[in-house]
Amino acid sequence: MQVKMTVNGQDVSGEAEPRTLLVYFIREQLGLTGTNVGCDTSSCGACTVHLDGQSVKSCTVLAVQAEGCQITTIEGMAQGGEMHPMQRAFHENHGLQCGYCTPGMVMAATSLLEENPNPTEEEVRLGLEGNLCRCTGYHNIVKSVLAAAEGASE
Amino acid sequence: MIPVAFEYVRAESVDHALEQLSEHGDEAKLLAGGHSLLPMMKLRLAVPSVLVDVGRLNDLSYIRHEGDTVKIGALTTHHLVETSELLAEYCPLIKGVAAEVGDPQVRHRGTLGGTLAHADPASDLPAAVLALGGTMVVAGPKGRRRIAATDFFTGYYESALAPDEMIVEIELPATPGGKWSFKKFNRRAQDWAIVAVAAVHNGTTGVGLVNMGATPLRATAVEEAIAAGANAKDAAAQAAQGTSPTEDLNATVEYRAHLARVLTERALTDLQI
Repeated sequence: MQVKMTVNGQDVSGEAEPRTLLVYFIREQLGLTGTNVGCDTSSCGACTVHLDGQSVKSCTVLAVQAEGCQITTIEGMAQGGEMHPMQRAFHENHGLQCGYCTPGMVMAATSLLEENPNPTEEEVRLGLEGNLCRCTGYHNIVKSVLAAAEGASE
Repeated sequence: MIPVAFEYVRAESVDHALEQLSEHGDEAKLLAGGHSLLPMMKLRLAVPSVLVDVGRLNDLSYIRHEGDTVKIGALTTHHLVETSELLAEYCPLIKGVAAEVGDPQVRHRGTLGGTLAHADPASDLPAAVLALGGTMVVAGPKGRRRIAATDFFTGYYESALAPDEMIVEIELPATPGGKWSFKKFNRRAQDWAIVAVAAVHNGTTGVGLVNMGATPLRATAVEEAIAAGANAKDAAAQAAQGTSPTEDLNATVEYRAHLARVLTERALTDLQI
């Protein structure tokens, strides 16, 4: 069936079987491969995108469920060639090692700060509970998110 | 992993959803947030041929306080429950438990009605609704009926819902100022509870158990002991009575019984019993 949605500010449409998962629609139909598939079982969070402004795991959402919705992927974060403050914070605080979990971490972290602009370290750790880093680089990821929160409140 | 192909229908109203259920019977499943159903479909543990998407029925997303009751629409997400100021005042147990389900992404999608209809004994919220003595308001072809939480859960992933019915609302007794506690034990972030205990005190004490049998359970022996004047330690000693937990990779039957007693004592201590 025909599916329409707005992805990173652009109206898009494509053919998708009802069983097509949102992450595959984004990657294969739209060619936006920044969103990674990790575990494919809604555990790891690598596929996190924003659906109407909230973080979701796009491996556990059908593309047809997102009909008419606003989707933001990692490709939609930088504006005018400038990295999003969260991306910059990850860059400056060495918040990534292999980088595979990073798009999902950035999307989850921006959603977290949207809901809680001044989190404690514990709140950041709990807020990123749904995102796994196999390099176990959590220390600098948490540091990055705290730095982004501090930067935004300055 | 991709689910087996199915027909997809987006419900325009509760009546439309019920018509679809009547037409397709056992072959159809309702899709709300999909965070229990879609993983099961990927694993071929569920193979519905028709999915009726009720996710757009926004008029079933609400939290209201009316007299002695809190009413929550079936499609209210865990995120809305965990961030509700109204629930902080009138039903803090359900808010506190919702905040411990899965992870933030899951809570943005998962719904209260969905988790109750799914009837997974390892889920947190069904035990909380049991402890509170809640009631499911269910719509079906013959109109609406109310099912008490104590009668709702009938077996492993099974409930008193007929195949052509859907939950539209959850009624919970308002417990303003009531003490509550939720003790969840797991080994890894975002995991299901190996065992969890939800307890609330508002005149009487309600205790619900997660993952201690084929259904979420009410710890009636504990509740009766408290009513008879037992202290937290003595009442909690009854926590595994009447339960039938299973053994799995995480825990033996004996260990689950031990956890139920320990977590119940901690929860009752929080309630200052």
